[in-house]
Amino acid sequence: MRVVESINRALHDLMETNSRLVILGEDILDPYGGAFKVTKGLSSAYQDRVWTTPISEGGIVGMAAGLALKGRPVIVELMFGDFIALAADQIINHAAKFRWMYNDQVEVPVIIRAPMGGRRGYGPTHSQSLEKHFCGVPGLTVLATHEYADPGALLHRAFAARSPHLIIENKVMYARPVLGTAALPRPPDADIVIVTYGGCVEHAVAAAAKLAAEEEIATTVVAVEQLSPFPYEDVQRQVGNCTRVVAVEEGSPGWGFGSECARALIGRVKYFSALAGPDHPIPSSREWEDDVLPGVSAIQAACLDLFRKG
Amino acid sequence: MTSSIAPNSTFSQLEVHAGATPLGLELPTVVRFYQQMMLIRLLEERLLDLFSQGLLFGTTHTSIGQEANAVGVVNALDRDRDIVWSNHRCHGHFIAYSGEVEGLIAEIMGRITGVCGGRGGSQHLCFRNFHSNGIQGGTTPVAVGTALARKEEGAVAVAFLGDGTMGEGAVYESLNLASVFGAPVVFVIEDNEIAQTTPKALTVSGSIVARAEPFGIRTFAYDGNDPVEIFELAREAVGYARAESRPCWLYLRTERIGPHSKGDDTRPALRLEQARARDPIPPMRRRVANFEAIDAFCRSVVDRAVESAAAAPLARG
Ligand SMILES: Cc1ncc(C[n+]2csc(CCOP(=O)(O)OP(=O)(O)O)c2C)c(N)n1
Ligand SMILES: [Mg+2]
Repeated sequence: MRVVESINRALHDLMETNSRLVILGEDILDPYGGAFKVTKGLSSAYQDRVWTTPISEGGIVGMAAGLALKGRPVIVELMFGDFIALAADQIINHAAKFRWMYNDQVEVPVIIRAPMGGRRGYGPTHSQSLEKHFCGVPGLTVLATHEYADPGALLHRAFAARSPHLIIENKVMYARPVLGTAALPRPPDADIVIVTYGGCVEHAVAAAAKLAAEEEIATTVVAVEQLSPFPYEDVQRQVGNCTRVVAVEEGSPGWGFGSECARALIGRVKYFSALAGPDHPIPSSREWEDDVLPGVSAIQAACLDLFRKG
Repeated sequence: MTSSIAPNSTFSQLEVHAGATPLGLELPTVVRFYQQMMLIRLLEERLLDLFSQGLLFGTTHTSIGQEANAVGVVNALDRDRDIVWSNHRCHGHFIAYSGEVEGLIAEIMGRITGVCGGRGGSQHLCFRNFHSNGIQGGTTPVAVGTALARKEEGAVAVAFLGDGTMGEGAVYESLNLASVFGAPVVFVIEDNEIAQTTPKALTVSGSIVARAEPFGIRTFAYDGNDPVEIFELAREAVGYARAESRPCWLYLRTERIGPHSKGDDTRPALRLEQARARDPIPPMRRRVANFEAIDAFCRSVVDRAVESAAAAPLARG
């Protein structure tokens, strides 16, 4: 099963078992089934609960919060994760605040699904990884899907929590097969640990394989599913006694995943480095994207560099 | 107030040679418009070819069927001082403004010779006072700001929007801002009755034509696909915005003949047929005697542009 089917199946299951659940998004009706086909089949199966919307990202997310507040849970699909910027106010100042601000008298079971990431040549407004801007927002849980876990199960978990969740999906990953946790490299007594999430996991795994084959460096990959609140203890536990850690993310450098990893591991590891995307927008040129997004060779080089330090 | 021009009419055929430059600015109106429209049409058909051959990556939104809007509106502008804000479907607007065929193709091919050096790609273009961006509606308040910045110089800003983009709140904030601050902005609405795969009837309520009027914004409306008529109406709208320092709303009913992007047209065959029936090119061919010569000229411009773009270095990091 591919990632897109895993998410699609979970959406079907959730719609089947929750008769009040609504799915909202742009161009999500069949036969198109959404820009990345994640909602395929849903509008045919649940005609009255799959609503294709105007191009109104702020409005849709706000409407979802209202529906959810009064008893109708919602899953919103943002066509491209980049458009979450238009919904920022609804997420930060409305959906995520209601429960605490209203003294826990209400709940807001809304899930926002956002396809992020580059490597498709879509250019500066359709290739970003904007999740860090929504991490650290009280009341909002940010998750990132990857194929070395179970994308469908992640969606089920988010739904069960009955609170605002943002799920970061990755456009390239949709077509990847679901491999499961067992496929992540976890050699005993690893020389290096790569901590990463989302679309970077596959590159980290490939880099780990090359490090093992070419340099006999044992590399563990820790793939984080929950970005915010950041799972400090879980990351510490998974890094264990290893003294070298490389953190990898696709978003812009600074104030991000790498910083949180450093905060989790400060005083625990001896050598740490962080890789991120460029500190400029994502270029349209495909080749240029590959040059500036952290890929297999950049991760491998960062690991080698750390290994040689001691 | 709504004014409109009925689609028409009889013209005597013009026999003129193709222009010396891509925009053919020296040519008589009808021939010039035909040449610009063909340049856009052939360029975009070539882009779709290159995509299907796997020679292009990313995305593209062609304006096939909507060329008369681009040509009619942009030719009503003063290219030296007026400002254009375009959207994802920007190639036609861009070519009518700049004539930079090679700069556009190279941009989409990710070459350093592209108008934005391979950074922006198909929907993020900048050339002199032409700009486009890929976020629906987001450019509208920016267009208001640029119009205010340059109104003392007599400049007007044009913002192109689709029917689907009527969903974005920023559009309505911009109407209010433009009216309150007296910004000479011509909001050009290209209503092709579809947004990506969503028919207008599903997501746009009420009247698009009547949307701006409650903001105290004058409206010009046209239903047809004749570049000369669009040009005349656009000239009236632009002249009004410039003379009065006021925004206006130029509504153009049009048809998207091609897919939204590539191979993603979900419209029923009958609806597509209706769209094709309003193709603006065939009626123009009846008005331009030597259209074959112009076609050949445009094709050679596109061919040469693809060739030199392909030979240029890739933009790399
Ligand atoms: C904020 C935002 N939301 C969604 C999109 C994705 N998108 C690109 S074009 C488009 C449809 C636009 O329809 P319309 O405004 O009618 O213009 P047309 O494509 O018909 O020219 C959509 C939904 C986007 N680019 N930006
Ligand atoms: Mg449209």
